[in-house]
Amino acid sequence: MNSRLKANIINTTSIILIYIILVLLIRIGFINNYYEGILIEMGINIILAVSLNLATGYLGQLTLGHAGFMAIGAYTAAILSARMNLPDLPLLLVSIVLGGLLAAFFAFLMAIPVFRLRGDYLAILTLGFGEIIRVIILNMKITGGGKGLSGILPLTSFSTVYFITVITVTIFYTLINSRHGRAIISIREDEIAAEAVGISTKYYKTFAFTLAAFFAGVAGGLFAHHTLVLDPKDFNFIRSIEILIIVVLGGMGNLTGSVLAAIIITILPRLLMGFADWNMIIYSVLLIAMMLFKPGGLLEKREFSLNGLLSGKKKSQGNTPVKNEGSE
Amino acid sequence: MDVLAKFLQQLINGIHVGSIYALIALGYTMVYGIIKLINFAHGDIIMMGAYFTFVCIVTFNLPIGVALITPVILCLLSGILIERVAYKPLRNSPRLSALITAIGVSFLLENVFFKKFGQNPIPFPQIINPSPISLGPLQISRITFITVLISVLLMILLDLFIKKTKPGKAMRAVSEDPGAAQLMGINVNSTISLTFATGSALGAVGGILYSIAYPLIDPFMGVMPGLKAFVAAVLGGIGIIPGAMLGGFIMGIAESLTKGYISSQLADAVVFGILIVVLSLKPSGLLGKNVKEKV
Repeated sequence: MNSRLKANIINTTSIILIYIILVLLIRIGFINNYYEGILIEMGINIILAVSLNLATGYLGQLTLGHAGFMAIGAYTAAILSARMNLPDLPLLLVSIVLGGLLAAFFAFLMAIPVFRLRGDYLAILTLGFGEIIRVIILNMKITGGGKGLSGILPLTSFSTVYFITVITVTIFYTLINSRHGRAIISIREDEIAAEAVGISTKYYKTFAFTLAAFFAGVAGGLFAHHTLVLDPKDFNFIRSIEILIIVVLGGMGNLTGSVLAAIIITILPRLLMGFADWNMIIYSVLLIAMMLFKPGGLLEKREFSLNGLLSGKKKSQGNTPVKNEGSE
Repeated sequence: MDVLAKFLQQLINGIHVGSIYALIALGYTMVYGIIKLINFAHGDIIMMGAYFTFVCIVTFNLPIGVALITPVILCLLSGILIERVAYKPLRNSPRLSALITAIGVSFLLENVFFKKFGQNPIPFPQIINPSPISLGPLQISRITFITVLISVLLMILLDLFIKKTKPGKAMRAVSEDPGAAQLMGINVNSTISLTFATGSALGAVGGILYSIAYPLIDPFMGVMPGLKAFVAAVLGGIGIIPGAMLGGFIMGIAESLTKGYISSQLADAVVFGILIVVLSLKPSGLLGKNVKEKV
């Protein structure tokens, strides 16, 4: 049995095991509605962080407009699902995929001006696009404008979010370890050298940016059918920054780091709830402290690997291809 | 005539807001020029300036001159402190880590003031008599007059400071090449502190002027003007001081004209739209030099 197959079996088994355990806990009421909501938000944040990590961590382009794509996905999915007649699960899937596609379409259009720029100019341009999307949504009739969009069907459940998250992480993991992924990473490492060896930087930048936007849109669709009320304020640039915090905290270009950081950042404010109105102060102090003591992110360049853990091997380092990872 | 008068009125309003944006943008651009950091906490310096002034006037009843100088000094000191505690340890780390710390500092300041003063906006005391001065059909508020006067004066002073004085030259040298500046005997650390001090002091003045113009202050009031000022800095070419001033005025005028003629809700979209158009045509801002990439 080769090691890749073994690794896949271990990962698949553990994903299913975690799922079964969580569902059992929900069934017996150990995880109540409130905690289930947190689990769903965790999944959504993981999708957002992992997708932003592709654009910012692997491609190396700081983008601050991720919330804009999330907003496009959320509103599109919410509006579509209210107008289509399908059973619950296909309805959710169709509407979030369409929402993701629309977000990807806009990202594709934006990529033309965005990738003429570099560094912080690029960052601020994406921030500008994100804010424009928000203001346009605020001024549209179909989105409910400033009053918000309500009456969204409650289609998002723990199971759908869990599996969509797993699928997303798997897709990104596979992509990163494919030749396309290596092309994307090479652009981050040295754009000119990448171009010199024949990588079409324009193509790969647009591709990574569009794919990231697609998954931001999907996460938005899940978010819409979870919160059931959408307000353009949910998608301001602070939201984009929250996603960026997760990515940097987990480590740039570290997929499992993003997953871990997304879980922490989702739980942390809730854990601090006990401190009443001190919670946000403690949260920001913790954020500063984590950055000061771990500037490279929680996991830095190491990817968390379940197989590595089981076989007691040293965790794989830096740029060596990572054989495997646990998804949760 | 009426059309012209309305246009001029909007223009004057635009210059009013624009001069405030320009003051705030200077802080962003100076810090960026010297340590290449988008200082997200700068917007909160604006808010601190407003709250400190409020406390000085309402709580301590200080005479107006002292009440306006104290907040500027306090903000200046906070600027230095923030840099020392939160940014300096990360000077050799990945740039994004420092960015996240800046965001952390921003959250921290907002929430400390949120805890102290609560969420509800507090009315800001009236410092300048708002009665307008009439110039033919135009009504120019005294506030506008004084705001523009103070801002332009400060910008001229800053320009002189940067160009003529030794510390100013040191600032330019460090922003050009910190390593070489250090070899020339410039104390890089204190120059960076000085940059933060100057930027924060200007931000505090901007904050006070902003609260005089829109006399309701709340803990999150700095976010939007901060963001717009930052966009102004990018528009003019980030790191370039005249660029920040120019960008500030363009932003203010564009915003005010949109509010007057199109829709006040779309003003933010137009502001960012201008940014996108300008950056598409000039990728490093209006006054930015396009650096050719060398292999």
